[in-house]
Amino acid sequence: MKKKVLAMLLASAMVFGLTACGSSAADTAEAPAATEEAATEETAEAPAAEETAEAPAASGDLIKVGIINNDPNESGYRTANDKDLKATFCEANGYDASFAYSLKNDEQITAAQKFIQDGVDYLLLSAADTSGWDSVLKDAQDAGIRVILFDRTIDADPSLYEASIVSDMAFEGENTVKWLESQGLDEYNIIHIQGVMGSAAQKGRSGALDAKVAENDNWNIVTQQTAEWNAETAQQIVQSVIDAGTPFNVIYAENDDMAKGAVAALDKANISHGVGKDVIIIGFDCNKWALQELLDQNWNFDQQCNPFQSSYINDVIQTLESGGTIAEKTIVMDEKGFDATTITAEDVEKYGI
Amino acid sequence: MSNTKKMSISDIFGKLFRNQIFVPIAAMLILLIFNLIADPSFFRITLGYNSAGNPVLSGYLMTVLDCGSELAILAIGMTLVTAASGGQDISVGAGIAIAGSALLRVLCGNNTRPETLNAPIIVAFLVSVLVAMCFGAFNGCLVAFFKIQPMVATLILYTAGRSIAAWINNNELPIVSDATFSYIGGFIPGIPIPTPFFIAAACLLIIALVLKFTNLGLYTQAVGINESSSRLNGLNPTFIKWLSFVILGICVAVAALIKVSRLSSINYSVIAKDIEMDAILAVALGGNALSGGKFNMWASVMGAFVIQLLTTTLYKFNVQSDALPAYKAVVVILLVVFSSPVVREKMAQISKKMKSRKEAA
Repeated sequence: MKKKVLAMLLASAMVFGLTACGSSAADTAEAPAATEEAATEETAEAPAAEETAEAPAASGDLIKVGIINNDPNESGYRTANDKDLKATFCEANGYDASFAYSLKNDEQITAAQKFIQDGVDYLLLSAADTSGWDSVLKDAQDAGIRVILFDRTIDADPSLYEASIVSDMAFEGENTVKWLESQGLDEYNIIHIQGVMGSAAQKGRSGALDAKVAENDNWNIVTQQTAEWNAETAQQIVQSVIDAGTPFNVIYAENDDMAKGAVAALDKANISHGVGKDVIIIGFDCNKWALQELLDQNWNFDQQCNPFQSSYINDVIQTLESGGTIAEKTIVMDEKGFDATTITAEDVEKYGI
Repeated sequence: MSNTKKMSISDIFGKLFRNQIFVPIAAMLILLIFNLIADPSFFRITLGYNSAGNPVLSGYLMTVLDCGSELAILAIGMTLVTAASGGQDISVGAGIAIAGSALLRVLCGNNTRPETLNAPIIVAFLVSVLVAMCFGAFNGCLVAFFKIQPMVATLILYTAGRSIAAWINNNELPIVSDATFSYIGGFIPGIPIPTPFFIAAACLLIIALVLKFTNLGLYTQAVGINESSSRLNGLNPTFIKWLSFVILGICVAVAALIKVSRLSSINYSVIAKDIEMDAILAVALGGNALSGGKFNMWASVMGAFVIQLLTTTLYKFNVQSDALPAYKAVVVILLVVFSSPVVREKMAQISKKMKSRKEAA
């Protein structure tokens, strides 16, 4: 009897699994007939989670691109970035694109090697880490594959890639610090919440603030901690400062998620924040919900980090295909900062990601 | 006369030392004494008001109680899994991502920024419990029926879980704006103690009653100590192992509810990152053998709060947060070394020698 009940339970669990998988497979239009087991095992074997967007084999006139990106779920920025790439590099625009996602450098390198074997025409790369790419990019060059970096730069010889389309993280930091300076506070006591240490975004955004603090006596860092882009960790860091009773009046969080975590800790302790309040809140990346917070005057400043690189990449590829050359290897995108006192509802719609 | 008294004192100490719960209590006392000496303000608790105007207690100790709650809940399930299967479930963090996503999916429906909730919170919670029980059952099947090493079996969900969580919400990041939802991970108006602590207390009460009035504890230990002899005694080891994974699934769903409620949002790739390691560490800190068998639930729960106390202490002293795992690693090394047979034998020898010397004197 017990066994029968168990068998029933298991069977229903399996059926549930099948239906759940069925709907998700339909959503993402991949893996036509996969049972849950097969799907999960596949992912376990290939952690880089490769996914071929265009199932039919490449016909002669399509440009074959292999796109290596970070996990789209990493942040709203990455989700918008991935969506933008998928929209541009589709069959209608003359591309046959394959995507590989990973937050780990070694898995990305493995994916790159696979794309080289597959014989793609272009390799588009947003590297998880700045180092370790020399040999694989050399392989690509030997195979006649042209490499375009987007979003993140790497420590490799510029001859190994055609172009690098980046956000100027240092500019983002400087622009934000300049805005903060324009607020004319008597004293700046700053909680500085950093991203994953060593990432280009963290270096650029921290660099400007660190320089300013070193120069001026009335700019102080209350605490400087990495929350690794994680809202929850940011909340604990700010909570710790509040518990200690150290006064502060600025929160400089290197992305919106962490700013949100910090604000949650402030709300709990009844510390007012936003325009004309006790604590200035600064975020980065311009998520739509974050810009909405600016519009509601709960936050003070948000610096854009432009995720829409695909049109720039498309231009580069079209130039190269028509036999042209790229004048400037490093292409910096336009980015702006938003002040809560001047932001409009249109800005939220237009620039929010 | 005095001799017998001395004996009894050393007996008491010996008993205390041998008791499993001694390890986490000692660790907690060491941390508390360290904090007392370094900065007594660690123990200050103040009554204030949050921005919604509700009374809240704040201070480092409240932070420990608040943030340690999820870990304590997970430690319950992890202890059972460890005891029954002699292995650990490493898919807990990914499980929280899935259960949390399912919860938000039901609450938000197709709209990622709903003005009002799509379903009552309790319904959403029950759905997420069901989902969590399903993947707990999946893990349990692999371990109990197919006899796969628990760590290998749960590795599947560990790698795939966060992608599944992303599918559930179509890669969107939903945000709930309803205030009542934030009470779960924050404060209920009028009650100054954080709600997660009450939830953890309720979970502990339930598991205490279950252990007291059912044979779950006894059976689990029997299966963990010797599977074949427990089968000969009429138990069903396969079912007991499977059940432990399902119970862990329920714990995961409760922890997910708290985690998601804290920020009224979810970020699949980072939510509850590496929490499985903390949960396993809590079980180990509780002095439970990671190879299964006898267990002490309360020691594990104490272990969970010790870990949070350690984390909070390190934050207080401004230790770089990416260095935290290194400190936890030191704790693990100390624990493993002290519980190794070599060291234990040596300790037993020393205490024997001391005793015989005392008797000679």
